[in-house]
Amino acid sequence: MSAAPERRTDASDRPAAGTGLVAELEVERGGFRLDAAVAVGPDEVLAVLGPNGSGKSTLLGAIAGHVPLDRGEVRIGGRLLGGAGAREVPLAARRVGLLGQQALLFPHLSALENVAFGPRAQGAGRRESRAEAAAWLERVGLAGFERRRPAELSGGQQQRVALARTLAAKPAALLLDEPFAALDVEAAAGMRRLVREHRAALGIPMLLVTHDPLDALVLAGRAAILQAGRLVDEGPIARVLGHPRTPFIAALAGVDLVEGVALDAATVRASDGLVLRAAEPAGLVPGARASAVFAPGAVHVAPGAAAATGGDAEANHWSGTVASLEPTGGGVRIVTAEHPGVAVDVPTAAAVALDLEAGAALAFRIEAADVSLRPLD
Amino acid sequence: MTRVAHAPRDGTAAAGRFPGWLYLPAGLGAAVLLLPLAALLVRLDWAGVPAAITSPAALQALGLSLATASWATLACIVLGVPLALVIARSRPGVAAALRTLVTLPLVLPPLVGGIALLALLGRTGLFGEVLAVWGIRIPFTTAAVVIAQVFVALPFLVISVEGALRTAGTRFEGVAAGLGAGRFTVFRRITLPLVAPGLLAGAVLCFARALGEFGATALFAGNAAGTTRTMPLAIYTAFNGAGVSEDTAIALSLMLIAVAIAVLVLMRGWRADAPR
Repeated sequence: MSAAPERRTDASDRPAAGTGLVAELEVERGGFRLDAAVAVGPDEVLAVLGPNGSGKSTLLGAIAGHVPLDRGEVRIGGRLLGGAGAREVPLAARRVGLLGQQALLFPHLSALENVAFGPRAQGAGRRESRAEAAAWLERVGLAGFERRRPAELSGGQQQRVALARTLAAKPAALLLDEPFAALDVEAAAGMRRLVREHRAALGIPMLLVTHDPLDALVLAGRAAILQAGRLVDEGPIARVLGHPRTPFIAALAGVDLVEGVALDAATVRASDGLVLRAAEPAGLVPGARASAVFAPGAVHVAPGAAAATGGDAEANHWSGTVASLEPTGGGVRIVTAEHPGVAVDVPTAAAVALDLEAGAALAFRIEAADVSLRPLD
Repeated sequence: MTRVAHAPRDGTAAAGRFPGWLYLPAGLGAAVLLLPLAALLVRLDWAGVPAAITSPAALQALGLSLATASWATLACIVLGVPLALVIARSRPGVAAALRTLVTLPLVLPPLVGGIALLALLGRTGLFGEVLAVWGIRIPFTTAAVVIAQVFVALPFLVISVEGALRTAGTRFEGVAAGLGAGRFTVFRRITLPLVAPGLLAGAVLCFARALGEFGATALFAGNAAGTTRTMPLAIYTAFNGAGVSEDTAIALSLMLIAVAIAVLVLMRGWRADAPR
């Protein structure tokens, strides 16, 4: 186990201060401490990924104004919304849109009245705000549903009304708190497409908190990883998910992450003896900490131990006895007793041929081209 | 008979079964509630009913009852909704304490309420002396009737609205504020409509309680025809034979029962189509 990872950012592609959403947040609540700084450009989407209890909700709550800051400040488009010492801008004047897992439509109002609520509350006339609401409902594909009560709408439709309601209030920034998590696959895909479509037209900073790497891949350009109240990684999605820095993100992205010590510029040796070599030198410094990442499905599996060769000592070869078998989408996930942190996926047909069962001895091999290496800092 | 055979009829059939002999106490309970009312109908001298309930004294009492109960209900709404809001949004400990205080008049004998009101607003009462200096006299006026009714009915409204507020929670209010609505807009367009069913139920209970109020009124407001003699006091007066027969008391009681039933039926109708 490595020590708590230091926060690391690819500062080059972060937006300049003064534009977009810039927040430095320090919040302490009953033993939990959030200490994070995020910056989202005026037409950018930043995905924040993190396990349960990592502080994602606190992060959003602090930006939205529901959670008071102990230190730090929140600025949107240069406007100071709140900070320790500064006068808090009241919730109603913050203009921060928040779309959560639940649509939370006002149950006593029709779909149209729900969407018209924001414009109306901000001083627009009755007819004007209703016309605006109707236009928004049409934009989210719900023309003809104006008079429906929330209870008469499906979960996906409710969430689309909620999106229309949030956007009709003309937010200066949009916070999305797992807005697709409670929807079925089809409705979630529709909502993602909708948010993606409006993203560019809105030109406002968006912060997306999610468990689902798909959300991040579809919507966001950059991802930040929140763990135990701190941002442990931040950068372009491809880098953050492609070569995860923490086991949590590796699990999320569905890849194997092995941490160890570099033997040479292209080889890492893990503490459990596993040796992984990449096809190209990865600039590792011998003796320094480094990590290897590969897809569980890229591993070749054969029956019997890799006894003939040097066993685990040979790079990209290892052996183990089956400790657990789990069904995956199209096959079986194998975890061995010797390397419990390394999952290996085999297609169903291969699993049948291998006659898998707990305790069976297997030999594993991975091509050097399928291994990605990085120095750890 | 198996569980399976019963379950499809309705989901609760299996869970709802109970020992058959419980019908006995259940029937007795219903009898305790309904037999006295039935006896009232049997004992009634039907021939005298029209005269009894259309007499000027009866109509005056009914009018006063409906008017004072309406004013009291209005006062309960104006005072009770904010009170319920304060309780519902307080920290748990404070809320529990406030809730206990508010429920106190509910468990107190109304007579005690009347004595308490006299102690506060009576001629020699805490505030009464001050008010007397300004020439304001409250006891034994119609205002005293309304105050006595508010005292006994307010808890019903507060409890009902507070429960609705806690069920509704504050999530919708947070959403509304995030959309740019100020506090009053949130209260008017979100909080109040969300608790409307609870508010209606509370107001109806409040009205019914005010209509039947006797003890506190009798002590604090007295029994003057036209100013403080509401229906319950008129019934009491008739029953004690101050010039009228016992039959008048029964006829008036019937009227009060009819009004109460009408109120309850109205409430059921409201609740049936109230959004949840």
